[in-house]
Amino acid sequence: MTDHLTTADYDTIAAELDALQEEIMSGLGARDADYIHRVIRWQRGLEITGRALLMASSLPPAWVAGTATLAVAKILENMEIGHNVMHGQWDWMRDPKIHSTTWEWDNVSPAEQWKHSHNFVHHTFTNVLGKDNDVGYGILRVAPEQEWSPAHLPQPIYNLLLAMFFEYGVALHDLELDKIRAGTADVEVTKAKLRQIGRKIARQWGKDYLAFPLLSGPQFVATLAANFTANIVRNVWAHMIIFCGHFPGDVEVFEEERLDGETKGEWYVRQLCGSANIAGSPLFHLMTGNLSHQIEHHLFPDMPSNRYGQIAPRVRELCDKYDLPYHTGSLSKQVTSTWKKIVRYALPGGKPALKAPGRQPSA
Amino acid sequence: MISAPRRPGPGPGRRIVAAARLLTTPLLPEDYLGLVNPLWSATDPRGRVEAVRHEAPGAATLVIRPGRTWRGHRPGQWVRVGVDIGGVRHWRTFSLSSPPRPDGRITITVKAARDGFVSAHLVNVIRPGTFVRLALADGEFVLPAPVPAKLLFVTAGSGITPVMSMLRHLTTASAAQADAVVVHSDRTAGDVIFGAELRRMPGVRLHERHTAVEGRFKPSDLPDICPDWAERDAWACGPGAMLDDLTAFWRAEGAEERLRVERFRTVLRTGDGEGGRVTFTRSGVAVDADGGTPLLVAGEGAGALLPSGCRMGICYGCVGRLCSGKVRDLRTGRVHGEEGEIVQTCVSAAAGPVEIDL
Repeated sequence: MTDHLTTADYDTIAAELDALQEEIMSGLGARDADYIHRVIRWQRGLEITGRALLMASSLPPAWVAGTATLAVAKILENMEIGHNVMHGQWDWMRDPKIHSTTWEWDNVSPAEQWKHSHNFVHHTFTNVLGKDNDVGYGILRVAPEQEWSPAHLPQPIYNLLLAMFFEYGVALHDLELDKIRAGTADVEVTKAKLRQIGRKIARQWGKDYLAFPLLSGPQFVATLAANFTANIVRNVWAHMIIFCGHFPGDVEVFEEERLDGETKGEWYVRQLCGSANIAGSPLFHLMTGNLSHQIEHHLFPDMPSNRYGQIAPRVRELCDKYDLPYHTGSLSKQVTSTWKKIVRYALPGGKPALKAPGRQPSA
Repeated sequence: MISAPRRPGPGPGRRIVAAARLLTTPLLPEDYLGLVNPLWSATDPRGRVEAVRHEAPGAATLVIRPGRTWRGHRPGQWVRVGVDIGGVRHWRTFSLSSPPRPDGRITITVKAARDGFVSAHLVNVIRPGTFVRLALADGEFVLPAPVPAKLLFVTAGSGITPVMSMLRHLTTASAAQADAVVVHSDRTAGDVIFGAELRRMPGVRLHERHTAVEGRFKPSDLPDICPDWAERDAWACGPGAMLDDLTAFWRAEGAEERLRVERFRTVLRTGDGEGGRVTFTRSGVAVDADGGTPLLVAGEGAGALLPSGCRMGICYGCVGRLCSGKVRDLRTGRVHGEEGEIVQTCVSAAAGPVEIDL
């Protein structure tokens, strides 16, 4: 899709995007800080409200309202707050309470491991087969370039299960299952990571499946079911949004050779071609942690998320100018397209993504 | 003089806190309680600005209600204050100007420095109701216990602030018999911070020196102003040059152990030296810094979360272990550094590439 770009094009793309980043980052100030403080306050308020409602979880309306409120709080906590804080988007505030090095999130995946598998592996090697474990999460075949095996046949069911228990999938992510399978992983390191995950799971389960249910007295089972449901809702939602970020439509995957001597401009273009946005309202963007602006997020992973909406039109303009794809669509379109691929590539074969009509190289 | 420290007692209180943590993991109970009252935080201690009083041209006093972890202070001590400006946390050190008060509130008196945007913010912008971060009081520029019978204070400009805390304490009923001489220099009578209060303080003999008309105060003027100066316990706070002169004067008399000095600012050399790439290994941050920029400033500018303290090379709150490279001490210009050496990042700049374990 990018054969039409010249070396000079790549250089100007890099220069333009660097300038855009500098413009936004140097303009950060009290309004941005107020934004994240406000989101954190709201999130904690919602969580308290949800937990409080569930103290009456034996009453069906309280159960439904409490579960829904808690699910929303958990979604905000993982996506707009946790994911983005751990990316270092708010490190510039120098607030140790809202900092990538200190943040731990409400998720069974330990922050330290997630920062490695996500911030480093996924964001550096985005959509490069064999390097980016987010391409199919080590179990799914999401592109025809991936080799088919019979194990892929039931993958629609795998994906459904992955959606429901997504946080466990994310937790196992940094173990690098394919390396373990190939026997190239350091056993001691893997054990240490598993122990860390075990401790995190114990704390999370202790809270959601023991402490709060006990606190609600005779309503133990109803509260436990509510917390379990809230976690599942959060998992399914996060999975859906994240899968829409790299798999729908003709989003590209790349071969490892592409990384050889890759320039900053080529890196930017790979991020552009390998990511997809979801259109929606401001509230929708908030609930996705602004990962609905996946393209902007992949260009500038450490830019505060409240700014992605602002730069989106300018990134799109740049794509038009250089005849580059800007993948975007409604939630239903992106979800359908993602699931179609998962069903299609459960079977062998499939054509590589269509090459977009491009300009001829001008030099 | 020090109010009793309030630590969470052992026993049921602590067990309740531990149990509550099970409910709030991965956060702390106080992260939620902070929604109700931010002053309850123990891990991120704060104070609420309750009043801002104009004190003198370009100077203001902030009345602050400290949070529950505050342990009180001794008159003359300083406190580090963290204030968010433009969304970014800035820490500075200020002398407390209040004596320990029964209502638990403290005051800091800030003079807007020409090049200091934090001090200017505190004097001109900050409003009552704002929360600031507050470390514990610290410093050895204090009144001893018991308080000596005869005291002398030599101050200039905002150097009066820590002394004011001591004077206010001396003039409270509990320590009424003080015989204190204050020699204070300022440009004009109108520039004197706390001027009106100082002039009518019981038991305090104030000698004002208005430098705009009388010229700068010299230590040799002292015997005329206060003939028994050498017999008094003395405290001095003001510009570095004045403190150097005073120290030499006391030393010449063989009375240097009677003089205590407090320096507000350390003069750092800037601009000379080569600089280099600074890598903060634990933070995973690397930045090119010139030879005049403290490692601390360079690292913070690059987004690293670094420990910091006085920012003038005295408190050792900012130190880190040097892994490789050499640093220049910005106070003396001396280049030093070997592997494993503990360096003060606030007064050290890179002399070539540096790796530091922070």
